Amino acid sequence: MSDPIPIRPDNAESLRRERRLDDIRREAERHGQLQVVGARPAGAPFPQASPENGYYQIPLLKQPPWTWEIPLYFFVGGAAGASAVIGAIADYTGADRELVKHARWIAAAGSVISPALLISDLGRPERFLAMMRVFKIQSPMSVGVWTLLGFSTAAAAAAFAGFLNDRYGPSLPVRVLENAGQAASLAFGLPFSNYTGVLIGATAIPVWNKNAGDLPLHFGASGLGAAVGLLELMGHRRSRALQALGLGAALFEMWEGIRIETRSHAELDPLKHGASGWITRAGGMLSGPVPMALRAASLFSKKRSPNLRRWAAMSSIAGSLITRLAWVHAGHVSARDWKLPLTDNRRQP
Amino acid sequence: MSVTAFLTDSTLCIGCKACEVACKEWNGVGEDGLEWSGYSYDNTGAVGASTWRHVKFVEQAPVPGVGGNAGEQASWTFSSDVCKHCEEAGCLEACPTGSIVRTEFGGVFIQPDVCNGCGYCVVSCPFGVVERNQSDGRAFKCTFCYDRQKVGLQPACAKACPTESIKFGEIEHLRGEAKKRVDELRRRGMDDAQIYDPTDTSVAGTHAMFIVRGDPRTYNLPPSPEVPTVHLKNAWRSSAIAAGLLLGGALLAFLTDGRDGR
Repeated sequence: MSDPIPIRPDNAESLRRERRLDDIRREAERHGQLQVVGARPAGAPFPQASPENGYYQIPLLKQPPWTWEIPLYFFVGGAAGASAVIGAIADYTGADRELVKHARWIAAAGSVISPALLISDLGRPERFLAMMRVFKIQSPMSVGVWTLLGFSTAAAAAAFAGFLNDRYGPSLPVRVLENAGQAASLAFGLPFSNYTGVLIGATAIPVWNKNAGDLPLHFGASGLGAAVGLLELMGHRRSRALQALGLGAALFEMWEGIRIETRSHAELDPLKHGASGWITRAGGMLSGPVPMALRAASLFSKKRSPNLRRWAAMSSIAGSLITRLAWVHAGHVSARDWKLPLTDNRRQP
Repeated sequence: MSVTAFLTDSTLCIGCKACEVACKEWNGVGEDGLEWSGYSYDNTGAVGASTWRHVKFVEQAPVPGVGGNAGEQASWTFSSDVCKHCEEAGCLEACPTGSIVRTEFGGVFIQPDVCNGCGYCVVSCPFGVVERNQSDGRAFKCTFCYDRQKVGLQPACAKACPTESIKFGEIEHLRGEAKKRVDELRRRGMDDAQIYDPTDTSVAGTHAMFIVRGDPRTYNLPPSPEVPTVHLKNAWRSSAIAAGLLLGGALLAFLTDGRDGR
């Protein structure tokens, strides 16, 4: 027998391949078989398709193709929509002018950031305008895009008019633009703050469509919590109206958290177990009980501590963002669950 | 011009993948990459952006005496999967650009020059068929060979199938054929032969029917696929309530705030 050819790994790649051979040998020694894709040692159970396992447990559904822009868009859109509503109502009820101005700024910022996020997530961003070929009432994406367009135009107009008014003093055309922009941003802001719940609720992803009736309310409350939080961080920590809205949003989010935890459906598992479960819980805690407790503490503290409200505000904003990330993550986990589409949901006669 | 359909008969499929090859060649669909799945002779896994026809290799526990398998060997059946071209299509309803249309042949077609890759059809397909092409950004799936049907030709996969496992024709005619075939299989002792065509669900039937033996779930065919539009009413009602609460809550909060004075 001739001597084996001496191996002198002289570059990183061949070194890596040599190490891989060592790894394979070590694993074979230790476990008696290799756990790599495609390797099925003789006598090992071969993968089987069956009514219980489906087709080798390969998931039927495709995962959402969306990138990080989409959960962020849900967050920004929710906060901007609710903020526009707060600004308009504050104006109509004769509240603090600063509050109205700041609420408009948040809405206007959202009106720029939201479409940017939505467009950059498209597979073909340059074809965004194709969205405006049609209006389809049965497509939440189509309804949402038109709502976004209306909202963005209105919120930007109201903020621009407000700026002109501050800079050059009042004039009739500016007042008309301001009032029309504000009224329209209120009208579009109401659906814009929660439609993303409809968007993911009316899909084939089990964890989303199982909650189709909850998601818009949940996302609406989440957006309101974030809008109130942003306004408080901008200095409105003495506004009783914002405190009341913040308490309302936190209370609703607490109830939503209890609803998620107490119902037991296989579809809801991603909201309770694994990484997606813990992200959901973190978002829920920061949106519900934590700001709730801080706001209550502030109510009963001396001088109604604005400092506690600052913490409540930051908690709500973080909670709102994490909640959107959690739902999108849960959607991915749900799509990967090969068992769900194999269950028969038809009502038995 | 008539409303057409596929009838894919898994009892005739020999797993040659001619349909996959024919589909890729005719439609210019790219390759799927070379990765060993470990699942029988199937290294593709599922239909997707670059796999419009997909042959499933279904290995099951041995059933001695059925299908001629020896007791110690696995039973082995094949079935060519494809877009179901639903009567109530989730992707078609969801598409915000109007890129996805229903053709005069009853199929569901994505116009590639309109699609902007929003990805909403991907999450709206109850069969997990539509997928966004990573390199291209747009959504792709089986076109039902719209170009071929336009000029009176049958789809590439059906034409290439050597055993006529993939049948193509007028939909009601094929429904009759499917029933006849299942009756014949049952007469020959294959009691578990059945048609998969979910007409009793919200997708209201498909333009791609299947004949399978045993439980369709073994072939990853869902027992109760639902078109996502069934959730719209519930979701928009919730949205309206949320908007009402926000408006009412904001009014209440600011009106009572104003009266208190500061």
